[in-house]
Amino acid sequence: MHELALLIAAGIASGTPLLLAGLGLLLNERAGVVNLGAEGLMLIAAVAGFGIAFYTGQTWLALFGGALAAALFSAVLGWMVVYLNTNQYASGLALSLFGAGISAFVGAALVGKKLEITQTEGLFFLADLPLVGPALFQQHPMVYLAVTLCLGMVLFLYHSKSGRLLRGIGESPASAHALGFPVRRIRWISVVVGGAFCGLAGVYLSVVYAPLWVEGMVAGRGWIALALTVFATWRPWRVLLGAYLFGSVTMLQLHLQAIGIEIPTQFMSMLPYLATILVLALISRNPSWIRANMPASLGKPFHPG
Amino acid sequence: MIVLEKRQQPSPWMGYLSPLLSIALTFVVAAIVVSAMGKDPLRVLSLFTLEPLNGKRAIGEVMLKATPLILCSLGLAFCFRSNVWNIGAEGQFLLGAIGAGGMAMWLTETGLTEPGWLWVTQALLLGAFAGAAWAAITAWLRDRAHANEILVSLMLVYIANLLLSYLVFGPWKDPKGWNFPQTLRFADSLSIARLGAGMRVHWGFVVALISAGVMVWLMYFTTLGARLRVGGLAPGAARFAGFSSRESLWTVLLCSGAFAGLAGAMEVLGPMGQLTPHVSTGYGFSAIIVAFVARLHPLACVLASFLLSIMMIGGELAQSRVGLPASVSSMFQGVLLMMLLTFDSLIQYRIKWRAQTSKDLAKHA
Amino acid sequence: MANGLRLSLKAISKSYGSLRANDKIDLDVKPGSIHAVLGENGAGKSTLMKLIFGLLKPDEGSIFLDGKEVRWQSPEHARTAGIAMVFQHFALFESLSVAENVWLGMDKSWSLAAVAEALHQLTRHYGLSVDPDAFVHRLSVGERQRVEIARGLLARPRVMILDEPTSVLSPQAAQALFTMIRTLASEGCSVIYISHKLHEIRELCDDCTVLRHGKVTGRVDPRQCNDEQLSALMIGSAPPPLVRATRAVSNPIVTLNALSVRAFDEASECLNAVSLELAPGEVLGIAGVSGNGQGLLLDLLSGELNSDEASMRRIDGHIFFEDRAIEHLGVRMRRRLGIMAVPAERLGRATVPELSLADNMFLSESKHMWRLDHESLYQSAQNVVDAFAVKASSPKALASDLSGGNLQKFIMGRALALQPKVLLVSQPTWGVDVGASAQIRQQLLALRDTGAAVLVISEELDELFEIADRIHVMYAGHLSAPVKRADATVELIGQWMGGSWLSSEDVSKGKPVTVPFEG
Repeated sequence: MHELALLIAAGIASGTPLLLAGLGLLLNERAGVVNLGAEGLMLIAAVAGFGIAFYTGQTWLALFGGALAAALFSAVLGWMVVYLNTNQYASGLALSLFGAGISAFVGAALVGKKLEITQTEGLFFLADLPLVGPALFQQHPMVYLAVTLCLGMVLFLYHSKSGRLLRGIGESPASAHALGFPVRRIRWISVVVGGAFCGLAGVYLSVVYAPLWVEGMVAGRGWIALALTVFATWRPWRVLLGAYLFGSVTMLQLHLQAIGIEIPTQFMSMLPYLATILVLALISRNPSWIRANMPASLGKPFHPG
Repeated sequence: MIVLEKRQQPSPWMGYLSPLLSIALTFVVAAIVVSAMGKDPLRVLSLFTLEPLNGKRAIGEVMLKATPLILCSLGLAFCFRSNVWNIGAEGQFLLGAIGAGGMAMWLTETGLTEPGWLWVTQALLLGAFAGAAWAAITAWLRDRAHANEILVSLMLVYIANLLLSYLVFGPWKDPKGWNFPQTLRFADSLSIARLGAGMRVHWGFVVALISAGVMVWLMYFTTLGARLRVGGLAPGAARFAGFSSRESLWTVLLCSGAFAGLAGAMEVLGPMGQLTPHVSTGYGFSAIIVAFVARLHPLACVLASFLLSIMMIGGELAQSRVGLPASVSSMFQGVLLMMLLTFDSLIQYRIKWRAQTSKDLAKHA
Repeated sequence: MANGLRLSLKAISKSYGSLRANDKIDLDVKPGSIHAVLGENGAGKSTLMKLIFGLLKPDEGSIFLDGKEVRWQSPEHARTAGIAMVFQHFALFESLSVAENVWLGMDKSWSLAAVAEALHQLTRHYGLSVDPDAFVHRLSVGERQRVEIARGLLARPRVMILDEPTSVLSPQAAQALFTMIRTLASEGCSVIYISHKLHEIRELCDDCTVLRHGKVTGRVDPRQCNDEQLSALMIGSAPPPLVRATRAVSNPIVTLNALSVRAFDEASECLNAVSLELAPGEVLGIAGVSGNGQGLLLDLLSGELNSDEASMRRIDGHIFFEDRAIEHLGVRMRRRLGIMAVPAERLGRATVPELSLADNMFLSESKHMWRLDHESLYQSAQNVVDAFAVKASSPKALASDLSGGNLQKFIMGRALALQPKVLLVSQPTWGVDVGASAQIRQQLLALRDTGAAVLVISEELDELFEIADRIHVMYAGHLSAPVKRADATVELIGQWMGGSWLSSEDVSKGKPVTVPFEG
């Protein structure tokens, strides 16, 4: 049982970057913007965060710095996609490529460096509870921050005026515009904030989870997070569930090796990607269902007036 | 404040200026970044522009690198025009390499190496087939399950990469290769004939050029191409006309996969001569940039491939001569695409200054 | 400017590039008046309203509200000043409730609960019947319009603008709306009523400004005018009378026998046990408010519904063409049989906007060739342009360059050039100027006279009365029995448009659908 608890804990830790990035992408997509640059943003934030952590020793400063870096690049992407109406897919891809390049470029000097940070863990006394303690409450504070952000997202989207407006914009920017709302400004803001979330995910990977910097260390998690939002039908709690599930898949690999089941590491590493494909195939099968749940303006450019 | 106003007619000026401005500004950004890293910007820039064209052999290298880019971008342009967002060309490329490489390996081991040109042709076809088969997975999932092709094809890239890694680290590893992750070297006869002595560029380049011509013919002179173009511009009109979206989907994906697979096969049977984890230096992704820079037109794909080939070689030179990481190339490619997309939007929109009076007037009224 | 006017526009002009949508327009609206703005499609009414409402800024001229000059910076600005607008296409979010939708449009001082309460009160006062907690995606078109009106009323407007409000209502529902408008006007609010329906304006309004080609052609009291006078101001000259010939009707060429098509999802159209017979040499009209299944009927008959398997599986029943069941055939097979469709959406469906007219001819090709014959397409396009008087510079002109009327003439010509046995047309003259409309209707009759079968789906009852031999009415996916034109009265058709021929049980099986917002 203790193994199960540890497995759950590992899945949660591993799924946290997916959760954070997934929430960020959810925010973007609820406003109608598909952000294919998530992978690049995570890489940029990861290298920035690692660098800050290395030179200052401050985890939270690193988190802030990484999120800020990602937000800055998201702002550029957002401007292109929302104000200039460039092709959302191409623009996002360009950002991902750019992010891969610049993170490797800037991070070349950081490869192999170690972080001198004390990692705090555990949520107060809850960490000492039997079974549940090790399973759920012995995580880094970032994990709990991520869960809190998820809760915040729910409150925002479903219980606040601006959140409802955002959902409305995602459904019909033309209607929102007719009502007099600054649709493009709101969309742009959502891209920036969503990008910051992706940044948090990236920093978590390089400063808390690994912690190290290596070129391309995000390893496709940004893309998996994109699939996650579809899997979660654009609902925050489902993003959380999906993130932890996907995170567990990666953990399964290590666990099977530990038990002695010899599967080549590459095939185990394939699991998250295979799982993503499977999930995509299963949930996309019903087009009317997708239509009912998907923000209707997703991916489409908006031209006011 | 700056306001964007839609033009009545798309501006033909910007149509020509946009790629030029994008390239120019990319160089400017490159110079700034490189200086910030403490390297001499002019030296680096010359590595990216002049050095790659310095001499016959150098030009041959440019042509060599352009070959896979031309092939992949032709297929991708075909897909993108039909609104099928195949991002997985890299994976299809790798499968082509695996297919052709596997066959070449088997041929070398069993000694079936003559006549070379016959086996090479068959291996190339196998590579194209493998790439098409990999793309078929994406097509099938989109056709049957409406799964988003961007995500599926991308996931397949990672899977293809891992598959290659497994093969060259595992069952296909050369026992006499000092435990390096690589297959044995293929027999000399099993390589594509070179275009000239002392150069690595091979007949694949010619095949690529011919392919561009074929694509022009296909897109603009056949009814299939017309159906695809209509489907990409207005799916509702395609449905009205009774064009099958299924036909479009499968055609463009299989075609694109075949091209990418062929490119991968050529890389393995050409300059590499064996299968290693580094078969691709991101050709599949760079080809996406090429396709966009070329505005999805087949002939322009050739030109844009040369441009990116020069950039990629520049990146390699920068790494070996100045000590910059190789990734600097993908950074500039990303910047180039973003610049291009930005400037292209100015074809449709005009920048105007509008006096900041809106807030004042609101107070008065 | 104390001349007692609630709203006054002086010399308002607005251009879109070279198109002068509004040309020195004067509009004076008295307090408590129901003021009609009459004009055809394209006369400049929408632009004028967008200017009044603050969505656009005028190039020239001034707007005065209660004597003071105003310059709106945004619709929000206009709203707070007291201008309320009910759009023809609703600005509602389907995934939110009525109260949430209205709340979004209100300023910070309103809480969600206050909005819900206010909506309840409005219901009582004006008889509006709006449920604040209902989700918009479940509402019918009429109910959605009531939400839009409620939203406008909550702000206690001084001017309420209604843009073609009865285009989505049956005559009975329209009467209920009129009662509400009269109550509103009696309380001092001015109402601007945009329409091109003459009888409505004469019934409801006490003042009228007529627009034509962006200019004001007249200012009258509609209660003292007859239809001809208003028409003359609106159109200019009476359209030429259509030439009609009577023909004997023979055996039907297309038959539907209690065919049903299941809805794709909650908000989509469906067809419920639809039966019709379309015979050669006749024009069969389908009347009804858009969204009641007409679109689906056209897709079904043209073959476009068969473009994907899931849609095909929703079909329950047979389509008979000359005694052959053809419901499984696709578009191209049906074209070879002689069935041709002209859908309502000109750009994006009937034509590709970015392609030339010559290239667009490719959409109606049914030959099996692999080679793209550019010359042949060019020539065919030229033939259509010549034969149907399409005003285009050449077959190389882009579809998006043509005006609505000319594009429609081209599309009709392209279809007629194939000499179809069955022509299915939807909204043939929507947004088309009077002259071109008359030509198009003449072509339809000419086609009928050659022995073809013509199905016309149209929202314009006048049009159907002009050209149809028999008329069906569509409501909530049900098709009424046909009635000969001679026996059809506006009253009967109007009643049927509200589904009066159905039992309540039938009605529950289907429901009228929604008009999504298009900016």
